This record gives sequence, C-alpha cells and structure tokens, in this order.
Amino acid sequence: MIPTFNLRTTVGLLLLLALVLLPVYVELTGSRFLLTLFTRIVILALAAVSLNLILGYGGMMSFGHAAYLGIGGYAVGMLAFEGITTGFVQWPVALLVSAFFALVIGALSLRTRGVYFIMITLAFAQMAYYIVAGLARYGGDDGLTIEKRSQFIAPINLSNKVQFYYICLGLLCGAIYLVWRLVNSRFGMALQGARSNDTRMRAIGFPTYRYKLTGFVIAGTLCGLAGALLANHTDFVSPAMMYWTRSGDLIIMVVLGGMGSTFGPLFGAVALLVLEEVLSGITEYWQIILGPLLLLVVLFARGGIDGLLGKARHG
Amino acid sequence: MAELLRVESLAKRFGGIVATDDLSLSIPEGELHAVIGPNGAGKTTLIAQLSGLLVPHSGRIYFGGSDITGVSMPSRSLLGLARSFQITSLFLDLSVLDNVALAVQAHAGHSFHFWRSARREPELRDPARAALARVGLSARADLPASALSHGEHRQLELAMALASQPRMLLLDEPMAGLGPEESARMVSMLRDLKKELTILLVEHDMEAVFALADRITVLVYGRVIASGKPEDIRNNTQVRDAYLGEQEAVHG
Repeated sequence: MIPTFNLRTTVGLLLLLALVLLPVYVELTGSRFLLTLFTRIVILALAAVSLNLILGYGGMMSFGHAAYLGIGGYAVGMLAFEGITTGFVQWPVALLVSAFFALVIGALSLRTRGVYFIMITLAFAQMAYYIVAGLARYGGDDGLTIEKRSQFIAPINLSNKVQFYYICLGLLCGAIYLVWRLVNSRFGMALQGARSNDTRMRAIGFPTYRYKLTGFVIAGTLCGLAGALLANHTDFVSPAMMYWTRSGDLIIMVVLGGMGSTFGPLFGAVALLVLEEVLSGITEYWQIILGPLLLLVVLFARGGIDGLLGKARHG
Repeated sequence: MAELLRVESLAKRFGGIVATDDLSLSIPEGELHAVIGPNGAGKTTLIAQLSGLLVPHSGRIYFGGSDITGVSMPSRSLLGLARSFQITSLFLDLSVLDNVALAVQAHAGHSFHFWRSARREPELRDPARAALARVGLSARADLPASALSHGEHRQLELAMALASQPRMLLLDEPMAGLGPEESARMVSMLRDLKKELTILLVEHDMEAVFALADRITVLVYGRVIASGKPEDIRNNTQVRDAYLGEQEAVHG
C-alpha cells in the first residue's frame, strides 16, 4: 500500500520521532532510567513486530514466540561464555539458530490448525525453556551473566548506552519497514490470503503451507535478533526470557496495538510497557488494573490502538 | 470434440453414507454440462472430488488426458480446473480487487517475491480489473469484499474463477440465493462464458439449467440415473419420478 498520511501513520511516525529524540531529553533531565526502560521497549517492540508478521498478517496464533527471544539471547550468552565475544559471529549465529528452530517448529506445527497450532507452538517453546534450564554449564535455572557485550569494530560500542539505544531503534525501524514491504509484496498477499481463507487460497492454486512456513521463519529470525539485543541490554540471559508468559506478553502487545497494522506492534509495546511501569509504581497489584484495560480493548476496540486511530480519522 | 474431463467409477463414502456411487462421466471440450439431483444427491461432493478438496475412495479422474486423481488442489487449479463455491468463499477482509488479483497471482508463477508492492503490479491488477468488468463489478473494485451483497459475492466468485484463466469451470450452484433479476444476469453471463470454456454446472434452478446445458447428468444418492441432452432428460420418466416431478409441480 502507498504510505497515505492518515492519522495512524502520522502518529506512528511521530512516535518514532519521539523515540529518536528521547536521548536528548534524557541528556537534559539526567534520567538515565528512562533510557534503560525505552531500550527495553524498543527491543520488545522489535519482537512484537516480528510476531505481527505471522499473527497479524498470517493469522498464525503462535504461542511460543518468546522461544526465539531466548534462542537469540542464549546464542549471544553462550558464545560470550565460551570466549567468542565478536558480534560478527554472535549475531549471525543468533539469527541462523533462530531461523533453524523456526523452520523445524513451523514445519511441524503448520500442519495443524486452530487450537492444535497454538498448543504445539506453546509446547515447543516450553521444551526450549526446559532444555535451557537444564544446561548446568550455562547457569541452568539461574541464567548466565554476560561479562562483555557483543564486540564490533570501532566506533560501534554497545556498552555506550545511547549508542546501543540508537542501534536498537535503527533495527526496529528497519524491521517495521521490512515487514511493511513484505506484507504488501506478492508474498505478503499470499500470506494475507491464507489468513483470510486458506481453503480458498488452495482452491485458486496457492500451496499456502510454504508461504506460511516462510513467514514463520522470517518472523522467528527477526525475533532472534531481538533476543540478541535483549541479551546485550540486560547483560544477562535466563530461561525466563522464553517462558510462556513472555510469549503471552508479545501477543498482548500485538493485539493491544492492532493486529495486521504497520505501527500496531510499536503502539502496543510502548503502551503495555509504559502502563506496566506506571501502574507498578502505583500499586503492587498493577495487573488488576491492566487486566480490565486489556479486556476493554479486546471488547470495544477490535483493531487495537491502531484501529482507534483509524476510526478517529473518520470523525 | 476432444474429451476434457473424464470420471471413471468414482466412489466416496462418509461412514455408512454413500455420497458418490460408481459415478462415471465424460465431458468434451466446450460443453456446458449440468449436474442436477435432489438435495443430498452428492453434487457438491462430486465437485469437491473433482477440485481435489476431497479424496475419492476409488475411481479415477482424468483432465486433459492425464490422471489427476492424486493431484493436489492447488496443482489442479494450476492445470486449469477452477471451482466456485456453493457457500460463498471469499477473502472478506481484502478488497474486491485484491480478491481477484490473488486469483491472477496464483497463476503468475510462484509468490516468493518479497519486495515490490503487489498492489501496484499492472500484470496482476489489469487482468483482475478485466475480470471484474466482465462480471459487472468494476464500480465495486475498491470496497472490502465484505461490503458486497450476496448477489455481488456470486459475481465476484465468478470473476475469481475467470481470472485464473481456466480451461474448465466447476460451478457449484452459482444462482443459489439470487433474486430473479440477478439470476437472469448470471444466466446471460454463463451463456457468454460457455462460448470459450468448458463448464460443469451444479444447479438447482431448473430454468437456468435447461436454458444453458448442452448435456445434463442426473444424480440420485450419488448414482447417475440418467445422462443426455436436455430434451431427453425432460422426457425421461425415471428422472421425472425421482426428481423433476416435484419441481414441475412447484413451477406449475
């Protein structure tokens, strides 16, 4: 689709602009905490963008997407532990291993539909969780501290918080653009057709399985990248990164922001994590407030935040 | 004329129910062949097996001389066998034009093109617009498919089947649920189409069937009880007893 400058696109781009300017604000006010929070938000938004490709555009309700966060993260963590600290090895390995896992999980789970698909993706993710939790050499349940962030050539230095933030933000923008191009290409039309009516797609001549599997692998790979970033951000990886509730968080971000929309996952990630931050400052039981809020979105704003912006345009 | 579709002793059972019973059929190129029969005669089941949605228990299906019994649904479509659905089956959340463009895209090679916007490719959009024009839906091209009326959905179904440039159309009750005017329009569209395509038409509307068909096959309980020219079918006592009688009574 042509980038028509309607409200949702405008708000999306403004939000990105605000994110670009954030370090300036941090510099002026000195609230380093904000930079840490938003680095995390940007990374998880990247993961949500990747999930949106298969959930929003492909209609594949993957309940195990956090597995790739963990796989990408552990690729970095384990290599760092073994003394291989160069990002030129760590990151490609993180992407390749994520892609491979997505290929295996997708190849098996995409043969099923509906609830079975959800359960199989969930089962694979939990399997990965328990495998990692059992790796005693790499800290098992307790996780693994990363002594040194991924090394790239100068002037790239991930230990510089502002620089790292911009790298994450740049990758997020790249991912949003990539997904936007993908979903409007022939491949994306095939993916959306399969979401809309799989039987009809096959009847008009599309072998939908291979397109869905390709989408699944691309999404897994992108999420693996988010995992590599997250590991560098926290200087730590643990099995909790891929626990099923984390997969749930990613789904919430996509649904809250608006499934199958360009900026939806970004809206959702910012909204959810900022809300979480604000509410948990007010009360320990912040989920009691968040829960009903999500319920309202699902009940009354089917298109999520993006959908609300779309409606507002029509008055 | 050369034979395009041949069905040899096809059989399909659902549990104890025989939906297709030793069914044989031969349709030459260019024929409009109607399949009629009372409800539950196995007409839709037949189309499902011809299109590859269902696998028969036994029997063979030949299309253009080659055995396609084991060929998958997408591959059959690529061979030129297009079907429409009795219950409207569209991409409701996509635009009308997108629906047809997808049908064009299906036959324009593989879809592993990841970058260029498919909605701006003339080689997909132009044939799609042509197919929409053909069924009279040009003015509705940019609406979401869900916004169309039932009659328009049937037209869109037809446009999608046409856009895949098939050799043969399998039409499952294209008049279902249409008003008299819409039905008349559909009949005249099909009359146009039969000049260039081979068509297998499953239809309840007897007026339409007798107006369009070159030959008619009558199914009862999955079995062919008669097959021949419309006038032979009309005069066949077995058919009258089994099926047409009740219809004639209704129509007066």
